[in-house]
Amino acid sequence: MKIIVAVKRVVDYNVKIRVKSDNTGIETANIKMSMNPFDEIAVEEGVRLRESGLAEELVVVSIGPKQSQETIRTALAMGADRGIHIQTDEEIEPLSIAKLLKEIAEKEKPDLFILGKQAIDDDSNQTGQMLAALLGWSQGTFASKLTLDTSNANVIREIDGGLETIKLNLPAIITTDLRLNTPRYASLPNIMKAKKKIIEELVPSDLNVDISHRINTLKVVEPSSREAGVIVKDIVELVDKLKNEAKVI
Amino acid sequence: MSILVIAEHDGSALKGSTLNTITAAAELGDVTVLIAGGNCDTVASQAAKLAATNKILLAEDEIYSTPLAETFTPLILSIARDFSHILGPASTFGKNILPRVSALLDVQQISEIVAIHDSDTFDRPIYAGNAIATVQSKESIKVLTVRATAFEAATEVGSPAEIAKIEIVTAEKISEFISTELTKSDRPELTQAKIVVSGGRGMQNGENFIMLERVADLLGAAVGASRAAVDSGFVSNDYQVGQTGKIIAPELYIAVGISGAIQHLAGMKDSNVIVAINKDEEAPIFQVADYGLVGDLFTEIPKLEAELQK
Repeated sequence: MKIIVAVKRVVDYNVKIRVKSDNTGIETANIKMSMNPFDEIAVEEGVRLRESGLAEELVVVSIGPKQSQETIRTALAMGADRGIHIQTDEEIEPLSIAKLLKEIAEKEKPDLFILGKQAIDDDSNQTGQMLAALLGWSQGTFASKLTLDTSNANVIREIDGGLETIKLNLPAIITTDLRLNTPRYASLPNIMKAKKKIIEELVPSDLNVDISHRINTLKVVEPSSREAGVIVKDIVELVDKLKNEAKVI
Repeated sequence: MSILVIAEHDGSALKGSTLNTITAAAELGDVTVLIAGGNCDTVASQAAKLAATNKILLAEDEIYSTPLAETFTPLILSIARDFSHILGPASTFGKNILPRVSALLDVQQISEIVAIHDSDTFDRPIYAGNAIATVQSKESIKVLTVRATAFEAATEVGSPAEIAKIEIVTAEKISEFISTELTKSDRPELTQAKIVVSGGRGMQNGENFIMLERVADLLGAAVGASRAAVDSGFVSNDYQVGQTGKIIAPELYIAVGISGAIQHLAGMKDSNVIVAINKDEEAPIFQVADYGLVGDLFTEIPKLEAELQK
């Protein structure tokens, strides 16, 4: 079995982001970047399947600027076998990402394609479902447990208010939710080993995909900030304020 | 403008987030609601009674009794071209299905809209709500998911809308529903609750969450937790409120022993009223709190419970 995992380089989840003063976007210069947390979970799941012997090869793909190769190296250090980097400095919308990944899937013919459920920068939560649509594959989104046999994937999905179990024909798309696993930290020897692993370099035009924008971002602003609150002296005052001032209890 | 809303329901009633979505749709034009399910006459008549709906399309068949994206998508595609906008709730139901529809229409979806400027311009949160983007779509059909907390629920009753049955669309079976296991709790679900009481690392262990549960039960509230509390093993992941957990905006959010890391604030700062109880007066949570109480939670929470019982 062959597995592909897609990873995105995003602003680290611990960074407090700042809106650019001209309201065109988010300040990303000199900001710590990391692998999207949901993608780390996707890599970890792939590595575990690789280690269990169910998968023979784990390929990691990323679309983005030159530095995305660092993100691919992180995945290689976690245990992926080789990387594919589709280099572009453009911000690419989920539909175009899905079209690029479809080309990769058709070339590589994986049995399973695992993606994070959403990237924590644009929060779209679309790419996996779109890729499944374009390939005509089944989809197991927001997965919190994955079990595989040779022709099916059983997926427990996080749904509002509980869990849902579905059975998918392979090949299938899986998108990861938080409870699927806890990603490992790469060990130093594995980081060294990852430097020797191969990363294939492509550009979007190699795959004949039109990546032009369908959506224009007119402006990006800070959300309306909260007015300064008050410090209450004790619980009695707190409950009184909640009842009579805020009227929420 | 003809607007299609993809309804989420449980077989007997529309889900709350669909009612919010209908309100958003009514801002754009005439609302048609697609209801697909096994046997959902009662859902259809509930939707038809709403003042905000103009037409109900009903697709009844066992294949729709569970909402698989692979079966719902061909059905939606069979009618999609009649509409300028297709909206669904940004629930796990809508998030699962709508992008699949959007890709096959070859249009770029806009996720989780929180405001509508005009027929092609919308606001949506990015970076877990730490920024709001105003985006404009030139797609022939706009596919949108709607953040429920940003729109009122459609409840007003008006002249009944026409209910029309539509043909089902069979698709190659590539996925199969096995089961659902809904969390059995007398408390409301975290994303739906009007009041949420959350605990952080300050709770010290999982057993102490019982204190919060008692307060929650007095308020009819859900219980949540910060990532620090989840990572420390106090409670399971599904309690997590934050950028990588659940993003919520209840009427009242009570943060107990939570310092207010960025990743947590991202998940709750749109709450209507925020209360923080923390012994560290420098804790960043106080910067977003409407009411702050500096004190030891182990003395303050029992006092809160007693006060609420009065």
